[in-house]
Amino acid sequence: MSTKILMPAMSPSMKSGSLTKWLVKVGDNIQSGDIIAEIETDKAGMEVESMYDGVISEILIAEGSEDIEIKTPIAIIELDVELNTGKDTEELKGKLFTNKVKPIKKETENTKSIKKIPSNDNQTSVREALRDAMAEEMRLDKDVFVIGEEVGEYQGAYKVTQGLLEEFGQDRVIDTPITENGFAGISIGASFTGLKPIVEFMTFNFALQAMDHIINSAAKTLYMGGGQINSQIVFRGPNGAAARVGAQHSQDFSAWFSHIPGLIVIAPYTAHDSKGLLKAAIRNPNPVIFLENEILYNDKGLVEIDDQDIIEIGKANIVKAGEDITIISFSIGMKIVIQAAEILLKEGINAEVIDLRTLKPLDKDTIISSVKKTSKCVIVEQGWSQSGIGSEITAILMEEAFDYLDAPVLRVTGKDVPMPYAENLEKLALPTVEDILDIVKKII
Amino acid sequence: MINTKTKSKKINKKLSNSDEIASYTEMLKIRRFEEKAGQLYGMGKIGGFCHLYIGQEAVVVGLQMSIEKGDQLITTYRDHGHMIACGMDPRGVMAELFGKSDGYSKGKGGSMHMFSKEMDFYGGHGIVGASVPLGTGLAFANKYRKNDRVTLTYFGDGAANQGQVYESFNMAKLWNLPCIYIIENNRYAMGTSIQRSSAQSDLSQRGLSFGIEGEQVDGMDINAVVEAGKRIVDRTRNGGGPYILEMLTYRYRGHSMSDPAQYRTRDEVNEVRDQSDPIESVKNRILKKKILSEKEIKDIDISVKKQILEAADFAENSPLPDPSELWNDIYIK
Repeated sequence: MSTKILMPAMSPSMKSGSLTKWLVKVGDNIQSGDIIAEIETDKAGMEVESMYDGVISEILIAEGSEDIEIKTPIAIIELDVELNTGKDTEELKGKLFTNKVKPIKKETENTKSIKKIPSNDNQTSVREALRDAMAEEMRLDKDVFVIGEEVGEYQGAYKVTQGLLEEFGQDRVIDTPITENGFAGISIGASFTGLKPIVEFMTFNFALQAMDHIINSAAKTLYMGGGQINSQIVFRGPNGAAARVGAQHSQDFSAWFSHIPGLIVIAPYTAHDSKGLLKAAIRNPNPVIFLENEILYNDKGLVEIDDQDIIEIGKANIVKAGEDITIISFSIGMKIVIQAAEILLKEGINAEVIDLRTLKPLDKDTIISSVKKTSKCVIVEQGWSQSGIGSEITAILMEEAFDYLDAPVLRVTGKDVPMPYAENLEKLALPTVEDILDIVKKII
Repeated sequence: MINTKTKSKKINKKLSNSDEIASYTEMLKIRRFEEKAGQLYGMGKIGGFCHLYIGQEAVVVGLQMSIEKGDQLITTYRDHGHMIACGMDPRGVMAELFGKSDGYSKGKGGSMHMFSKEMDFYGGHGIVGASVPLGTGLAFANKYRKNDRVTLTYFGDGAANQGQVYESFNMAKLWNLPCIYIIENNRYAMGTSIQRSSAQSDLSQRGLSFGIEGEQVDGMDINAVVEAGKRIVDRTRNGGGPYILEMLTYRYRGHSMSDPAQYRTRDEVNEVRDQSDPIESVKNRILKKKILSEKEIKDIDISVKKQILEAADFAENSPLPDPSELWNDIYIK
């Protein structure tokens, strides 16, 4: 009796990984719990443990293969029947997986000197785009530094800062203890003297520990000092729902930060915008909240932002022009909006799709002129409905475009509940393509 | 365990005659400024919260005499003394208390939020404890720039119980930052005495678990403050890393103007005032050592009083901020 050993999922957001090393070979006798291989995920290198006792009969995925989807068979083990009992092995028992997979090798990025990201298809991931933005700005300005938990030696909890320590050294890529309020305050203090910190929060959930400094120290000092002291600082990290991590690690703070005068809030969707806007954020003399999204880190796209380029803060992007209805979103919300717009188009409804990109200041002009054209508007966001980004846009449209509206402005938002852990409930809590289609059809 | 406790003796080194006179003048200037601020608050000229520094003058004046131009300081909201001691113009400070356009923050900061980059004064922070990581960050910037500047990070016995203080201590020691933590222990965190709020009431020992040494200093005695200040500033400037100076001091007035201070007796206040007032002590020494005559002391008193009256006049006559100022300084465009 034999069974397949599958590529395991080692983190909530992992979809695929690389098999960096086999620690066993065909013919080896292994026991349950033995480390048989090393893989690399989007977050870190990991060891794969065998769940079975038996002899390795075939290796299906060669060492050095990349982009192996989770649950792909990577080896076959001839089970020791006496030691392997139980339903799971019975179910897994079956015909041998014989198609030997060739090692698929991506062009690997050179993390020692991160001059450029070579890629076969000219595509860059959001993760790389963010890193490139930081690296380029750090080369241009020695007052820019990165600080946070695991940004250096660990190469970033989500590998966004990968390679920065090697290029810029530990004076400019600073690992902190787990102490968000402390390092946020220290970074803001340093910014008062003209340094330009990029503060990474491992996730924005942990920024709550530092909320006092972000709001009371960073956002207000310029005003309270009559313009004497500014805080040129970027707080960045993943925001919004992750996958299956429960209520404390899965929430969208877009509306929270956008409420505060003195803060700039950016929430990009594409790799291109991520790079151009992060570079702009680093150069901006004000405190900037830069909301990334863990689920989007691996999304790839064409990035056409050179060293000196930036994307202007405060400008929304009309992703798709249309005349029947305006659909507005930002960050990961764009993913479902784009899908919904494609479906609607097939059904004869031509939606104009706007990616806000910057949440504070909001690009009112783009929003209003679009609604003047379409007369209908739906806003989509992952965050909770009350006092959300959608509420704000709705109010703006009431105040400044009422006469142009042919229907009530409607919202698709996250449900007003703490994020549940169970897979089905989590899905129910988040906005979907269907939610958008349903709501659009209410007013079309 | 490392023995880090080295209580400074009451008088280790005596101030020079000119320093005696300078410290007397500076402390008196703060005292008179604060008295005036208290009066003007009562007349409705100053609004909001107003925390007076009366009684604690030797701390800032002594420490200011211990540092050099370019060293930074930052404190909490009991900050008028720090601003005057570091050379900020009392007229600009008073105008800010009035909420007038010639104030250091154009009238938009008020008593608790003033800054002067020129004088390396980084505020003036209204949230108890927040000045500690911020000050640690100023020290971080000094290390980043590899200069030899030292940061004085002031906070009170109340702030000493905030968690962020210890987050800062940890990183300051870990990174050997040139940061001197000045705990102004005036015995009361608003209305709660140190005995009622602090499990370890010797605050100079609060850095022990991080390996940060500290000592208690008689903060009512300018000699003791200057001695400890110079010694520790020198130590930190030469790579000695963070250090805690706990200044044992006392505020004569309530926590803020609205505090009747019923948590302590009148006798307690009078006893400190009669026996260890920092200004009276220096004045008596100056007269006893015949550095100045009674007449010359009086001349200083008059000149200080004049300066403060002038500050009050200046504030009174300064225009209110233009309404357009409401929308300025939120962002740098």
